[in-house]
Amino acid sequence: MTDFVQLWLQKIPREGFVPLDGAGLEALLQRLADRLHQGTDGREVGAELVRAHLTDPEVLAQTLPLIADRELAGAVAAGYAQALRQATMAEQEQLTRAVLQGHASVERALRASESRLRAIFHHAAIGIGVSTMDGRIVRVNQAFADLLGYTVDEMCTMTVPQLAHPSDPPGMWQLYEEMIRGERDHVRLEKAYPRSDGGAVWTDLTSSLIRDEQGAPELTIVMVHDITEPRRLQESLEHQATHDPLTGLPNRTMIAAHLERIFKTAGRVGLCYLDLDGFKRINDTLGHLVGDALLVAVAERLAGCADEPCRVAGRMSGDEFVLAVRDPSGPDEMRALAERMLAELTRPYEIGRHHLRVSASIGVVDSDVGATTPAELMKAADLTLYVAKSEGRARYVMYDADRNARQSARYALAAAMPDALDRGEFSVVYQPLVSLADERTRGVEALVRWRHPLLGELSPSTFIPLAEETGVIVALGRHVLEQACAQAADWARRLPDTPIFVSVNITVAQAHEPAFPSEVAKILADTGLDPRLLVLELTESAIMDTDGAPLAALDGLADRGIRIAIDDFGTGYSNLAYLRRLPIHILKLAGPFVDGLRNPASASEGAAVDEQIVETIVRLAHALNITVTAEAVETRLQADRLRQLGCDTGQGYLFSRPLPPDAILPLLHKSGPRFAAHP
Amino acid sequence: MTEPIEWVPAGIDVNRPSAARVYDYFLGGAHNFAVDRALAEQIAAMTPNIGETMRSNRVFLRRAVRYLAGQGIRQFLDIGSGIPTAGNVHEIALAAAPGASVVYVDIDPVAVEHSRAILAGVDRTGVICADVRDADRVLAEAEKLGLDFTRPVAVLLAGVLHFVPDADDPASAVAALGAAVAPGSYLLISHATGDGQPAEVIEAQKLSGRTATEIVLRPAAAVTSYFQGFDLVEPGLVFIPQWRPDPQDPVDEHPERVGAYAGVGRKG
Repeated sequence: MTDFVQLWLQKIPREGFVPLDGAGLEALLQRLADRLHQGTDGREVGAELVRAHLTDPEVLAQTLPLIADRELAGAVAAGYAQALRQATMAEQEQLTRAVLQGHASVERALRASESRLRAIFHHAAIGIGVSTMDGRIVRVNQAFADLLGYTVDEMCTMTVPQLAHPSDPPGMWQLYEEMIRGERDHVRLEKAYPRSDGGAVWTDLTSSLIRDEQGAPELTIVMVHDITEPRRLQESLEHQATHDPLTGLPNRTMIAAHLERIFKTAGRVGLCYLDLDGFKRINDTLGHLVGDALLVAVAERLAGCADEPCRVAGRMSGDEFVLAVRDPSGPDEMRALAERMLAELTRPYEIGRHHLRVSASIGVVDSDVGATTPAELMKAADLTLYVAKSEGRARYVMYDADRNARQSARYALAAAMPDALDRGEFSVVYQPLVSLADERTRGVEALVRWRHPLLGELSPSTFIPLAEETGVIVALGRHVLEQACAQAADWARRLPDTPIFVSVNITVAQAHEPAFPSEVAKILADTGLDPRLLVLELTESAIMDTDGAPLAALDGLADRGIRIAIDDFGTGYSNLAYLRRLPIHILKLAGPFVDGLRNPASASEGAAVDEQIVETIVRLAHALNITVTAEAVETRLQADRLRQLGCDTGQGYLFSRPLPPDAILPLLHKSGPRFAAHP
Repeated sequence: MTEPIEWVPAGIDVNRPSAARVYDYFLGGAHNFAVDRALAEQIAAMTPNIGETMRSNRVFLRRAVRYLAGQGIRQFLDIGSGIPTAGNVHEIALAAAPGASVVYVDIDPVAVEHSRAILAGVDRTGVICADVRDADRVLAEAEKLGLDFTRPVAVLLAGVLHFVPDADDPASAVAALGAAVAPGSYLLISHATGDGQPAEVIEAQKLSGRTATEIVLRPAAAVTSYFQGFDLVEPGLVFIPQWRPDPQDPVDEHPERVGAYAGVGRKG
């Protein structure tokens, strides 16, 4: 480094910003010093200093005195000044251009932003509209116009109140007024808009108030989103949930809700509960398609009967329908309605190529809403319907409170039976079966009793039909059979020399259980009872199927040594032929025949005929090797007459009432009293 | 509508001084108007050191960018780049690391247009008109211009955070930037401070309110807190002249007179 450069480096003040670092600056000055030495290029050296951003005027002040050659120094100064002037002008121009460019890009950005906003407004999928405080619509986008079926220009001639729809709730326009008054900034609700084609479109609407710079309400902007489809879907889902898909009638849920409403808002209520007669047969024989079509047709006719706003028809299930009436004028109106329904429903139906006729049964209730509840009303109508069914179908029956109470009690009893069976409320008593020849006990008939905790002892005639209706009879019958067999086995062990048989009643349902024979076998095995000491009493209807086929299990049972008795012989359509074909051992004469033998002194013609019948039956039975037992023997005269007619066994109050097992035992001893000794 | 509406820069008012143009004047540039020069002279009269502060900030930037290039950094995001007359970051970076990417960010549309002019034709450089407070936009735009945030980036905040008042939460903006960059990235901050300053500096600071933004002087602890998530490299947060001075540039015996801190941190 020359002394000149060293000196120059020291002189050049460091205050001004020098983009070069120390080494760079030294290299620059060395280069410029070399050029000054050549003495030719003073102007260019001055310009180089400026280009290196040594622009502080102090740089020039310190540089010039170092250059001995005045002319050269002058050239450096001139070059420096000119370069500085050019640089300054260039930078100013650059800056001005940047400012102009800046303005342009700000404007461009603003324009882009505005046009983007415009694009958003015009191309938004949701409808957007702007209206003034006096309700004039000033701008809408295409989506809004399309939604309502107008052009944008058409909509801009309309006012907000013109877009009112009958479904607008009253509070809605109040909200709009509050917004206009500046009391509310936003409103969101669901609103229907009338369309230009007369239809309606449902929207989810958000309206906002735009205020001016002073905060005064200036415009309202509304954004609407089409929810017609989702709403329709929701309505259809609601309809599906509350309507029967087959017939389109309100379903059980909706009828229940409808009744609730009637009970809340009306004074009286009427209900027709209807069931088609024999509908199952139509389904079974013609198929479900025909059955369904019939139900649809029935539903149409019922809907036709519900032709007043206060009447609503519904389908409860299967072939059960209801027609509910709000505030009926009285029972007469309900009767007239039920008659009309029956008349409508019994008109012939053309279903495909089938020509059908059906009848229906209707239970009709007419009540003050204060006197009942929807559930009780429904139950009462249902019970009344069953009365109509049991009275022969194809009719309506008006609700009767007393009958309803009886029916209810019956149902309550039926419902209590399974639990009663578990709790051991059913017991078995035994009525002796006495040989008419020597009047000694040969066997007993097992009879069931229900010791009801509230009602006391109930006779089988009270509860056996109920048990048959509900199916409890199968379990009850098994219980009686087990008890009776166990008891008989016990007696057989105590009195091995005096075989006493037990006769147990078997119902139709029990006899037709496929497992019945194996069940009997198991009970015999469990109790150890000799099968020859068991008699199964069946009615004629249990032995013969409805189509005349005999009970398949009979032979198997008889083969085990079990004896079969026909109960109540002579009350059914006694088919004498089967007596020969089937393993029948005993006939039990029905009570009425024995009744006729009560008093020969006042022998009427009827009594004489009864005698002849009994005699004939006994002769016939004996010919087939069948013994005959007479039931309901109550007098000595009857007993004597029956013995004379050849009847083998007697049973009745003359000999003994049904007794508990403990009371039976003394009667069974050989040495026990003959019944004859107790007149 | 997922895209936010594009940010529209504030309008340009050449009758008000601009921080970028005042800065340029202190660096000896001519990219300024009379209003800028008048303000600069007024500030200089109150605080004779101001020119030195500005210049030393520029010199620090040169040293730091070279240092960062030496650490392997090839991407620079210079936020608050202003109207640099000379000693531009892209020149320093490209000299030290050919092929480096540099993105300038400034809120002043004039500064942006100026940068656009000087960067015209320079590969891997770009300019964004954005506010440092809108870190998400800065990052998104920088990514569009080619910065790869999965690789280390140097984020330069030289003399810019003191323009952000506390109410605008500068820490959050820095944190957002810091969170977005990959490990191995660097954060550079220089920031005006009242620490060790005479009373007139505080007065001068009030004058700065005439530019678009007022300068907020912050103590060392506040500036250090911006480096959360970064490890300050040697010599830590120091007065500007003390940050890795060149051997041939002897440090003034009163480095606090520049009234500004500088620091560089590395993300672990």
